[in-house]
Amino acid sequence: MSVKTVPAKGAGKSIGSFLAGNSVPIMFILICAVCIPVSGFSFTYLLNEIMSRLGRNAFLILSLLIPIMAGMGLNFGMTLGAMAGEIALIFVSDWQIWGIPGMVLAMIISVPFSVLLGLFCGKILNMAKGREMITSYIISFFINGVYQLIVLYMMGPIIPISHSSIKLPRGYGIRNTVSLLNMRQSLDNAVSFRIAGVKIPVITLLIIVCMCLLIIWFRRTKLGQDMRAVGQDMQVAKDAGIDVERTRIISIVISTVLAGLGMIIYLQNMGNLSTYSSHSQVGMFCIAALLVGGASVDKASIGNVFLGVILFHTMFIVAPNAGTKITGDSMIGEYFRVFVSYGVITVALVMYETKKRRAKAGNGRQLQLEQEAIK
Amino acid sequence: MSETVNQTNPSFGKLIRKAVQSFGLPRLIIAGFLLLLFILAPFVNADLPMQITNTINRFSWNAVLVLAMVPMVHSGCGLNFGLPLGIVAGLLGGTLSIELGFRGPASFFISILIATPFALLFGGGYGWLLNRIKGGEMMIATYVGFSSVSFMCMMWLLLPYHSPNMVWGLSGKGLRTTISLEGYYDKALANFLQINIGKLSIPVGTLLFFAVLAFGMWAFLHTKTGTAMTAVGSNPTFARAAGINVDRIRLLSVIMSTWLGAVGILVYEQGFGFIQLYNAPFYMALPAVSAILIGGASVNKASIMNVIIGTFLFQGIVTMTPTVMNNMIHMDMSEVIRMIASNGMILYALTRKTEVRR
Repeated sequence: MSVKTVPAKGAGKSIGSFLAGNSVPIMFILICAVCIPVSGFSFTYLLNEIMSRLGRNAFLILSLLIPIMAGMGLNFGMTLGAMAGEIALIFVSDWQIWGIPGMVLAMIISVPFSVLLGLFCGKILNMAKGREMITSYIISFFINGVYQLIVLYMMGPIIPISHSSIKLPRGYGIRNTVSLLNMRQSLDNAVSFRIAGVKIPVITLLIIVCMCLLIIWFRRTKLGQDMRAVGQDMQVAKDAGIDVERTRIISIVISTVLAGLGMIIYLQNMGNLSTYSSHSQVGMFCIAALLVGGASVDKASIGNVFLGVILFHTMFIVAPNAGTKITGDSMIGEYFRVFVSYGVITVALVMYETKKRRAKAGNGRQLQLEQEAIK
Repeated sequence: MSETVNQTNPSFGKLIRKAVQSFGLPRLIIAGFLLLLFILAPFVNADLPMQITNTINRFSWNAVLVLAMVPMVHSGCGLNFGLPLGIVAGLLGGTLSIELGFRGPASFFISILIATPFALLFGGGYGWLLNRIKGGEMMIATYVGFSSVSFMCMMWLLLPYHSPNMVWGLSGKGLRTTISLEGYYDKALANFLQINIGKLSIPVGTLLFFAVLAFGMWAFLHTKTGTAMTAVGSNPTFARAAGINVDRIRLLSVIMSTWLGAVGILVYEQGFGFIQLYNAPFYMALPAVSAILIGGASVNKASIMNVIIGTFLFQGIVTMTPTVMNNMIHMDMSEVIRMIASNGMILYALTRKTEVRR
């Protein structure tokens, strides 16, 4: 039955499948195309903002790629790395080490925290195979509680924090915002120039490019190949002699460490740290951006990262203004962009699950056909 | 094998170990913690009758929301992280009944009446979606909940509400973030048959309302359809072989969960006295989910008893920790403790190897 219909559809199907496969990016291009003229922002302003956000977010989003490769889905546990990065930044700003040395020190400090959290997360995800995403999502909430316990109650009495500018007036705990003014954009401004009014943060972009190259290289290593094998089929990988559990833990640890480093880059661009809320938003926006770039739960490339950052953040910049112009209410645009972020994740998850089910049903049918052929 | 050894030679230690195993360690810790709080309360000058009243009150507000977990767990759809969808239906019912000018306790039932079609509609769509993505329900449920709440954030601003008690005073449109229910269905159930013994007051009406719903749920689970639902949850292949329409049963369970979510939020509001809109429903699923898990449910098994025990334990901790902690060490760590305990409980349940993978 299916044999007959395939050639008849032919050319039409390839365009159709292209549209279906890239429906999310295409939808976003349309949203941006409508909103950009309405918002009334100048082209230079937009480019400047996008460039700034590209430097800020790309590294964080890159951290999501490796767990996807290992078949563990979208790593909602990247928030853990973000928290490790924040703790490192709190220490560094307490010691008053600023600028690039401060950043480097923070990155070094964040690594052991990230590794520990990554190990924890990986171990738990191994106990919850098949529902990694919801589990990593709950882990992020759980660790957020632990993080608050440490930052809000232990910093001061147990963990020495000397500088009063970051401590709460009551004597313990960290203030809601820690100013990173002395570190603000120190990496972005280290080497930068303007092309037609658009600031190019050379060093930040270089780091991101290096990271991309590193990921491309990593895919070709033995470990990278193992991860792909595990992602394809855990049972087959196990039979081939790959230590599945260990490989999965490593992929989560790498992701968490990268997220920690990415968070430090992100916060140096922002210039202040919202101690209790920076990390909770970051996970959602990074995942949404990656999905907007055309990635799915089981497949993501570096191209998806960059397309995603550009499209998602263009929408993010223009939506509030466009919303205000269209409806006359400034909040509509704000809510709209939150809705779109959640909506995109929902749609991507649904598409992935339906695809998986269809593939499974297809396999069954294939098996049936083969068995009939043998008869 | 060890099972038989236990039965023939039931030494006390083994018996206890077995009891702990079946009860679950985290559950035991949480129950012990609550017990400790109750014991400590008099020593740190916390007002015990007041605390018990608060616990019972909070139990009565939240129990129906927790009950909303039961049908979906039974049909194998997992924990209903999409509870906010039902809550949105309830909020629509509540706000519409005020908009239409219903007042007094009767408006509570009108709200349920208005919320019902929304809950059926949303639940139907949601159930249809969940039938297409069997195996990935929980993650998608979470995001369906989030999407619906953030979509309604826009709608609360845009829908043409006019009642002066609900809209922003200045612009005259767009609903406020919190709406007082005074004069509407504030304490509609709680004031019915309320018993006051000294400082202790028990909202019998609300508890009765919950009891009726819980009994209804229990009775339903013992009907033919209810048994079919349990069968679908425990073994879908077997259920299909037995001639049960699995998709239909799952759809029914999702609709029931959504409707109970809608009723649950209305019960919560009548006790709390306010309608909370916009971002408030975002994280309302997590306390309900962890409550039923604390009560002894797992990802694919839940009973009415789990609901009652779980809600009591969870709400007990929520009410007791702040006061006891504050009086003891002058530090309010309750929020953090609640976060760690409730999410830890969900994690524990998710890592149990209980579910038959489809």
